[in-house]
Amino acid sequence: MIYTGKAHKVGEHIDTDAIIPAPFLVSTDPLELGKNCMAGLTPGWVKRVKAGDIIVAGENFGCGSSREHAPLAILGAGIPVVVAASFARIFYRNGFNMGLTLLEVGDQVARIKDGDELSVDTGRGVIKNLTSGEEIVCQPVPHSMQAILDAGGLVNYVKARLAAPEARA
Amino acid sequence: MGHTLAEKIIARHTDEAVTGPGQIVRCKVSLVLANDITAPLAAKSFRAMGAKKVFDTARVALIMDHFTPNKDVASAEQVRGVREFAREFGIEKYVEGGDCGVEHALLPEKGWVGPGDVVVGADSHTCTYGALGAFATGMGSTDIAAAMALGETWFKVPPTIRVEITGTLAPFVGAKDLILMTIARTGVAGATYKALEFGGPVVEGLSVEGRMTMANMAIEAGGKAGLFAADAKTLAYCAAAGRSGDELIAPDEGAAYEEILRIDVTGKSPVVACPHLPDNVRPVEEMADVVIHQSVIGSCTNGRIEDLREAAAVLKGRKAAPDVRLIVLPATPAIWRAAMHEGLFDIFLDAGAVVGPPTCGPCLGGHMGILAKGERAVATTNRNFKGRMGHLESEVYLASPAVAAASAVTGRITHPKDL
Ligand code: SF4
Repeated sequence: MIYTGKAHKVGEHIDTDAIIPAPFLVSTDPLELGKNCMAGLTPGWVKRVKAGDIIVAGENFGCGSSREHAPLAILGAGIPVVVAASFARIFYRNGFNMGLTLLEVGDQVARIKDGDELSVDTGRGVIKNLTSGEEIVCQPVPHSMQAILDAGGLVNYVKARLAAPEARA
Repeated sequence: MGHTLAEKIIARHTDEAVTGPGQIVRCKVSLVLANDITAPLAAKSFRAMGAKKVFDTARVALIMDHFTPNKDVASAEQVRGVREFAREFGIEKYVEGGDCGVEHALLPEKGWVGPGDVVVGADSHTCTYGALGAFATGMGSTDIAAAMALGETWFKVPPTIRVEITGTLAPFVGAKDLILMTIARTGVAGATYKALEFGGPVVEGLSVEGRMTMANMAIEAGGKAGLFAADAKTLAYCAAAGRSGDELIAPDEGAAYEEILRIDVTGKSPVVACPHLPDNVRPVEEMADVVIHQSVIGSCTNGRIEDLREAAAVLKGRKAAPDVRLIVLPATPAIWRAAMHEGLFDIFLDAGAVVGPPTCGPCLGGHMGILAKGERAVATTNRNFKGRMGHLESEVYLASPAVAAASAVTGRITHPKDL
């Protein structure tokens, strides 16, 4: 998959309370949650985002609770992919399981500035910074994870696999 | 290039070639676990997936151990829901009532986990089975539901921190002290996303039960797994649990470790993890001024028969201080029975203890020994977060069974040698 959008930079150790504060956990609807995406970081943060934009974060993105609402809120805000120096372990699982693409780029994250236009090729693991002309190479999304993403998350992935057992890859 | 234990075990369960840390692989699972708190959510996700059956009715374990015997209507309703789910899908390892014990003590004892297994559980202390040479880790409810349906899951191969423990253990220093010393070194997040692999002469000398105490708290260092080689002792333990066909498993020579942590225990005292984090570790002598109101001996960390023997050896012929509630919870029915036959209950009752049923109980502040405001407990459990055992302004000090027993006698945190 290739995603093109504007980079919205956030810092290091962005926890799940920053991504979606506890008072908003009364819904599991991504669109509802998406209205308050990153409200724990800056109230109204989501207003700057257009569908297809990309979050670019520092280390340990998604640390804190195991709430599956956090990746749902990001997806609900129209953000299909997060690029980070690194992700917290449970968020990393939950992200893919909920259908959110995650790419780890380590220190190279410094080569992306807030507002840069990015073209992210998740299958090849190449991020083109259209603003600066630089290119970042990282681990591509593995096939098995892409299959979960393509299905729209783990629940749908399992549903589809159970419905068509002969198609097991 | 040599492989770590984590890499070797993962490689046995995947068709993909395991190259090293960071790689994502699909893995077949040996057993999927959930408890009375997490199984209701997993069951809900399982149904949302439209699953009509579990991958193997013999390889899903649902253990009703946290709030059982059910402490209130809400917990009873949760268990009822899980019981119905288990019946509907023919899950054979559904356990409640008189068969039930704390999951991470129960599964090894039943022979349901063993060397080389991959075990996923909706409980963070699933890492306990690393003591047997199993790659075992905790996950969220949707992951567990998917594993129940498909019999597989995905893993990112973790980097490994090797912990080499050498030296001579002083009297009253044991497995609990070793893992607390390790956590003191790594910090509570130092092993996040990584596997801890324990080795060295001191670890080789430990019993399998002691290794379980250590593997259990790998998560308190943030670890994804806490692994031990499966040696002759492991195989003997597994055979006694009714398993057959288990094999030795050890890391390769020249395995690539991210870091090697060396701990020399010579001359070290027993330690205590002080409020409110498990890495806030001090020698027991430094804590002698701390007055306690409760001493809890039990849990998946230290509720096994060796732990009860260790506590009984200290309590024999002694009495708990009048202001201390001493609570002993053998972790499983088999441990309970063994303690009864060995006469340990006489020692505990003579010491003024309450002997309770096998349950998580106070470990997570559930029931059977909740702390009031301002109260302090010394406990053989694994977490001392704020409010973990009761009121937000109560405190938990984590220690070995010997220290918990000695502290009950004096009413202060006490080195057993000072009794
Ligand atoms: S004894 Fe404590 S740590 Fe162990 S499973 Fe029960 S609540 Fe969790």
